[in-house]
Amino acid sequence: MRNQNFYDVWTVFWRDWIVLRKRLTKFILSRMVAPMLYLVAFGWGLGRSIEVQGGTYLDFIVPGILALNSMNISFNSITPVHAERVYHKSLEEYLIAPIWPDAFVIGKVAAAVLRGLISSSIIVLLALAFGAHFAMTPLFLLVLVLNCVVFAEIGFLAAMKISTFEEMGQVNTYILLPMSFLCGTFFSTHALPDPVRYAIECLPLTHTSLLLRTIGSGGEAPLASLAVLALYALGGYLWSSRAFRRLTK
Amino acid sequence: MKDGKEWQMIETENLVKRFPHRDKAGKQAEKTAVAGLSLSVANGEIFGLLGPNGAGKTTTIRMMTMQTQPTEGSVCYDGLDTRTHAREIKSLIGVVPQHINFDQDLTVGENLDLHARLHHMGAAARKARIEELLRYVALTDVVNDGVRRLSGGMKRRLLIVRALLHRPRILFLDEPTVALDPQVRRRIWQLVRQMAWGGVTVFLTTHYIEEAETLCDRVAILSHGRLVDLDSPKRLREKTNLPNLEEVFLAMTGKQEGLS
Repeated sequence: MRNQNFYDVWTVFWRDWIVLRKRLTKFILSRMVAPMLYLVAFGWGLGRSIEVQGGTYLDFIVPGILALNSMNISFNSITPVHAERVYHKSLEEYLIAPIWPDAFVIGKVAAAVLRGLISSSIIVLLALAFGAHFAMTPLFLLVLVLNCVVFAEIGFLAAMKISTFEEMGQVNTYILLPMSFLCGTFFSTHALPDPVRYAIECLPLTHTSLLLRTIGSGGEAPLASLAVLALYALGGYLWSSRAFRRLTK
Repeated sequence: MKDGKEWQMIETENLVKRFPHRDKAGKQAEKTAVAGLSLSVANGEIFGLLGPNGAGKTTTIRMMTMQTQPTEGSVCYDGLDTRTHAREIKSLIGVVPQHINFDQDLTVGENLDLHARLHHMGAAARKARIEELLRYVALTDVVNDGVRRLSGGMKRRLLIVRALLHRPRILFLDEPTVALDPQVRRRIWQLVRQMAWGGVTVFLTTHYIEEAETLCDRVAILSHGRLVDLDSPKRLREKTNLPNLEEVFLAMTGKQEGLS
């Protein structure tokens, strides 16, 4: 049964992989635009005149760009599940198939993580080309993966719960966009007033930014932040699994 | 036959589905789509569920195929209860939905391959079965085309091919010939008959009287979620002393509901 569960995960992942494979060039090119603009504007343009924590602003924002980009890509990679559920109804294929229900959640999240990591690799290459300095360690990679998992799960939940395309867009506007700017991506959260900072520090992206910046600069990873991300990932998985199983209610 | 008795492949008992909805005053209420449906379908039978729009046919199929949970009641397949043996039962059934629900990002071949993988078929078996069934419905030429490019009739045939890929013992067809021209409709009927001759139990819903009369061994007439009568088309005509099933249907479900 365990082998069959693994095969089910692979099947769900395989479907997303063949769709990605057909569009890989377009995907890679489109993912280069936003990070390139961030690096030019904040690294070369604005960043030349700013020094942060004893280093260049470019070195400071690269972990932030990685955090926000992996968040956006993994979230948006999984949202087509919404159209599969509400409009095309192709999700019914999975509901009537003799598969382990969690395989659908894991397979979809894994495919979104893959897209998030491809996009992150592009940023790393671009950042190095722009002259940024940061240490890529296995822990750095783990944090990126965890960040992709957390936001893929949030995307999955949105796809399970939300009824219309318009409301899906609002998740981007009201949740992801504010997080992109406030969660320690472009500036330290210490610059915010205390009540706002405390709220922002509850959010997963803040912990990803902090972890990537600390690990990237050769510092010791704050384990509490790693635990927070892991808890978000676990909670997201349990909630996503429940949401998928409740579709038949 | 099993132990000398007719072998019941599907048995539903007191199947009820209520949905939340808002009443005329805008208050939260419940709407009963299916109200205590009990049916038995014999192995190898072609069983039709006939009813006007909104009678509860699709909801019944969705409950029987585990796409939605019944509010009350149970469904058993060959003695296995859907509440406790969902995975085993899902591998026994094939479902042809009323709407076209292919994965729009995949080609015809990839859609079929995905279905076969979801039913744990090995690579060689998948390839052979896809080729065999596409040849059978004369769709081999479109295997690498996107599903969006297919005509309505091709999509319908492909839905049936997909449902048959894993060799189900029970085939559900929800309004399989809706909006199709007579030629395609007859071709699909022929396909359904061949499945039944091959030992597959067929459960179909329709609001085409001719379809029920031509294909089905027995017909259940459903109105407002309730079973009005259940018998062979011939016996239904004899019981009501009416010349055809359409008259029987109108008499039982109320002429005002009509046949859409």
